[in-house]
Amino acid sequence: MLSRVADSLYWMSRYLERAEHTARLIDVDFQLRLDQSPEAGSGRWWRLLEALQAPHPEDGKIDATTLTHILTLDKTNSSSIISCVTAARENLRQVREQCSSEMWEQLNRLYLQVNSTVSSEAWLLHSHVFFRAVQEGAHLFQGVTDSTMSHGEGWQYIQLGRYVERTDALARLIGTHLSRLPYSPDQAVESEEYLEWVGLLKSCTAFEAYCKKYTAEVRPLRVAEFLLLNPEFPHSVRFSVDMVHAALRAIAELTERKAEQPVRLAGRLRATLSFSQIDEVMASGANAYVESVRQQCGQAHTAIHQIYFDYPVEEALSH
Amino acid sequence: MPESVRTLFRPPFRNYQFDSAYDEMFEAPGLPRPHYQALFQTLLELPPEEMRKSQQAADLSFLHQGITFTVYGNDEGTERVFPNDLLPRIIPHQEWRKIESGLTQRIAALNLFLEDVYHGGRILADGIVPRELVYSCRHFRREMRNLTVPRGIYVSVCGTDLVRIPDGSFAVLEDNLRVPSGVSYMLANRKVLKKVFPTLFRDYGVCPVDHYAQALLATLRALSPLTSSSSRHEPTVVLLTPGVFNSAYFEHTFLAQQMGIELVEGRDLLVHDNLVYMRTTAGLKRVDVIYRRVDDDFLDPLCFRRDSSLGVPGLFNAYRAGNVALANAVGTGVADDKALYAYVPAIIRYYLGEDPILANVQTYLLTDRSQRSYVLEHLDELVVKAVGESGGYGMLIGPHSTAEQREEFRQRILAEPRNYIAQPTLSLSRAPCFLDGEAQARHVDLRPYILYGENVTLVPGGLTRVALRRGSLVVNSSQGGGSKDTWVLRA
Repeated sequence: MLSRVADSLYWMSRYLERAEHTARLIDVDFQLRLDQSPEAGSGRWWRLLEALQAPHPEDGKIDATTLTHILTLDKTNSSSIISCVTAARENLRQVREQCSSEMWEQLNRLYLQVNSTVSSEAWLLHSHVFFRAVQEGAHLFQGVTDSTMSHGEGWQYIQLGRYVERTDALARLIGTHLSRLPYSPDQAVESEEYLEWVGLLKSCTAFEAYCKKYTAEVRPLRVAEFLLLNPEFPHSVRFSVDMVHAALRAIAELTERKAEQPVRLAGRLRATLSFSQIDEVMASGANAYVESVRQQCGQAHTAIHQIYFDYPVEEALSH
Repeated sequence: MPESVRTLFRPPFRNYQFDSAYDEMFEAPGLPRPHYQALFQTLLELPPEEMRKSQQAADLSFLHQGITFTVYGNDEGTERVFPNDLLPRIIPHQEWRKIESGLTQRIAALNLFLEDVYHGGRILADGIVPRELVYSCRHFRREMRNLTVPRGIYVSVCGTDLVRIPDGSFAVLEDNLRVPSGVSYMLANRKVLKKVFPTLFRDYGVCPVDHYAQALLATLRALSPLTSSSSRHEPTVVLLTPGVFNSAYFEHTFLAQQMGIELVEGRDLLVHDNLVYMRTTAGLKRVDVIYRRVDDDFLDPLCFRRDSSLGVPGLFNAYRAGNVALANAVGTGVADDKALYAYVPAIIRYYLGEDPILANVQTYLLTDRSQRSYVLEHLDELVVKAVGESGGYGMLIGPHSTAEQREEFRQRILAEPRNYIAQPTLSLSRAPCFLDGEAQARHVDLRPYILYGENVTLVPGGLTRVALRRGSLVVNSSQGGGSKDTWVLRA
């Protein structure tokens, strides 16, 4: 497979995952806000901006309408939903012959839908329809991909992109909440705090799965454990890293480039997560732990780039 | 009033108009030609609402599939759906046979001409084609002199524009020997029409076109430099695209996908020791044949335009060394220069000793003093074209022009007479198109695609382009044109 093609598939997948993640976060936030006093809500805007690595408003003023616009339909913000969907589509457009027609049509349809949306007061009131459409569009694309594309090398780059992005985004999101862990995190929380932690779970589509495992009693420590270390839930950090590792192993096998840097890095991160206990994580500093996950994920990303996408030609010729 | 004329006034033909142009569907008002009878009947019986729904479904399907082209010089919404018309253009078998043999003859002669021009130059020495006409052509490539191309084939893929003139015969309007495009629309149109008129399609007995991609691949493989003693048996064929911003990008992805070959950009390729490689995730891989959809100028910054970032440095040397084949060859533009076009009938007679099967359109060469003064006096009747342009750019259509435009062209012609030619304003034939809920007559042309590999292959039909604006004679997609499916009937 052409390096450029692999690169495009990888980034297409990352951008689409980012769009979906952003849509869900704002959607959940919007619902949460309805249950909260305005004061409690304002602090969350900053956390949301931080979790999404979005630019802060220049005048430092928080205004829901402006912020929602920046995060959704603002084309000048490169991480807004519209920018991400456009970038995903642009990447796929560059490698159209590599994907199935169904995949292209699905992503193109999502793109046309997002681009025909006009920001307005009325739209804002019913924006959940829009966020739902973006999430569904992304899910549909994933389903179409899995059932119409060969699960060969190209598909593996799509997997890789999705889960590298998810690992990073989850780690960052969890990080923004860890700083507000209560003194005794293994106790059930109530009222405002309850809403915050449920909000976090919902932002990861994890509320129902969490309840199944731990009942509806929400304890911050359990939430952290579930989102960081659960091996079965697709929006946990550990699950995402497992998928990154699996995709990298498959790619190494297919390209006959075994035992190279990216597999090793992902393997190490995977081992760390699978042997971690939440108590130990807390004891040694949860923030540092999450930060280290992000850092290792970043290293794996760089290594992927250097080995598969942009390797030095001299080296390749001497093989 | 006879029955046949009365049907003329029934929808959807109520407002169908005739003029001096040849009408593809009607022999006389209300009297369809025999091969159009079944379509005519179907349209009379079909509720217009039904057609409108089909048209909407087709448009939407084109939009979702992203069957678009890019309009240059337009910042906003650069991607546009290529308009497609649902009424097929029908060509009887006998007529097609003549087109086929005419185009086969033409591509054979033009190939011999290119080989000659880049080697001995016999035809120039014999005074059939003026030497200065060839050497002053912007697309003549000195670098190609005495370079042997695989099988002596310069033009592997050709798209020739034909028009039907009022007497009903087909004439060649121009040859496209560099990077002709549009074949993907031909295939897409067919797919849509099979859905819209399944029964009609079957009953008509239409020659299939779906094997185009396979024929193209075979044509490209025929150029492979690999010999039976090579360690690799299957040649690696790639399609080189200028990239996503090119107007024909959809077509590039489509053809690569249909042929099952890699779609590469210049940055994916590199040359080392005169060998061409592509950069893959598993390391570098040798490339043997390049179907390039990049113009000569941009192929290799070391050899042609230095500011090109679309090309591959060193590619021309690898080509010269015979390690990679290019389709089409470099320098074919000299043979589709619009001034050289006037000499094609002579070229056919010179190399093949045959009379041309398809006629040319009368062409005035502006380097000739008497022809030039005639043209300058009759600018309001003629069409003036820049010799090296394509896509409907750089044209003056006399009858539709303003005095100001004519004055501008007069100045340009006087400044650079070699750069322009003039032709009579042709009354292209008209065919019914489904517009605004009814059938309306619009001017059409026909671009068949000719493949030249081990032998010459034409997929029956080609792209019928339509000037969708009322009265317009320009069919190019960049100038408000559309297209429709072309049905060549089985014997």
